[in-house]
Amino acid sequence: MLQISINQSEGTPLYLQIVRQLKYLIATGRLVPRDELPPVRVLAQQLVINPNTVVRAYRELEAAGLIYTRRGSGTYVSDRPVPYSDGERRRILSERLDTVVVESRNLGYSLNEVVNLLRERDRALRIGQQQDGQREGTRHAKP
Amino acid sequence: MQSHEPETVIEVTGLSRRFGRKEALRDVTLRVGRGQVFGLVGENGAGKTTLIQHLLGAYRAHTGSVRVFGIDPVYDPTAVLSRIGYLSEDRDLPTWMRVIELMRYTQAFYPNWDETYAERLRQDFGLPEKARIRNLSRGEKAKAGLLVALAHRPELLLLDEPSSGLDAVARQDILAAIVRTVAEEGRTVVFSSHLLDEVERVADHVAMIHEGRVTLDMSMDDIKAKHRRYVVRWREPRATCPDLPGVIRASGDGREWGLLCEGDGPVFENAVRAAGGEIVESTTPTLEAIFVARVSA
Repeated sequence: MLQISINQSEGTPLYLQIVRQLKYLIATGRLVPRDELPPVRVLAQQLVINPNTVVRAYRELEAAGLIYTRRGSGTYVSDRPVPYSDGERRRILSERLDTVVVESRNLGYSLNEVVNLLRERDRALRIGQQQDGQREGTRHAKP
Repeated sequence: MQSHEPETVIEVTGLSRRFGRKEALRDVTLRVGRGQVFGLVGENGAGKTTLIQHLLGAYRAHTGSVRVFGIDPVYDPTAVLSRIGYLSEDRDLPTWMRVIELMRYTQAFYPNWDETYAERLRQDFGLPEKARIRNLSRGEKAKAGLLVALAHRPELLLLDEPSSGLDAVARQDILAAIVRTVAEEGRTVVFSSHLLDEVERVADHVAMIHEGRVTLDMSMDDIKAKHRRYVVRWREPRATCPDLPGVIRASGDGREWGLLCEGDGPVFENAVRAAGGEIVESTTPTLEAIFVARVSA
């Protein structure tokens, strides 16, 4: 079952919540090309929302080239989906970085120290991934 | 969704209604198109039930007109009611009957009654055939009421507070049944509720009624696009909020204020800057926040 949920404590339009979560699932590889998405009725009933909301979300994703619909057959993830535009990628990362910048200011770090720490963390994560890869006996294809 | 305007199912024009000295509805004008899920929201006593009673032909319009399927329900109730499924707020089911008897009894009134569908609903809702209505829980009574409202596959479903007084699980079941009904083509649903999160989930159009008047009548998409909640931080503490365009409700004191606004974002944002403020937060409000702001404004 598709792991999507509706959060009603914030006011984000429901169709947008679905769009964002599906983009995220595609971006992180949890949905891969040619995976079939649930029919509109099924997802509407799973989430207990108006079917038109699901229609709108699917239409939006289709317009962005992330999914395609075959009449009478179903809705699938596109062959080469590009979930985020350059602008969107930048916006998502900027939001994350903003929190880091604010937090580091509050904790009294200089910008240089933050950049150095960022490099250090990157190195640590790379080594960690290599070790994981060796343990599993596989090599990570992802950069 | 189609690009052309869907066929009109309900048309209420300039409807006013008094009960003695109390004005229950004032100049209400609404249109419901085929396939819409139309949410009527308002506080208790705002006029939602009175409006639904008018759609059923139970009250005569004092001023204005009511048309359902293009027909005046007061003059031709049979023609209208045979195409409507109705769940009343107090459920008013015959309590001495068993579930199966209620089904057979209601079936007699509707030539279009679908026995297979009725039986499927009974099983889906987990209603025992032989149980007496009076012994059912509140949630089960609501489901029994919904079953007899749905089983003749009406074109229009009128639900008056379908989940009021129910626990979370029963509410979810009722809501799921509504969603399933909508998923079947061509079905139109009008439901009243004071549970705004529920309306936000299933309605695609919302009318807010306050003291007998329609104070907002918009598609859910437009409601979401046209309202915003801002947190504004002023340079100096303020006892009152300066006059800003589109503000429905301002709350706060000192430097930080929460403002719920309608209309043009950039115009508002410029006005805030001109008045010496900074916008520190900007979010889409929930339907509930919009409703509360409008009612208490």
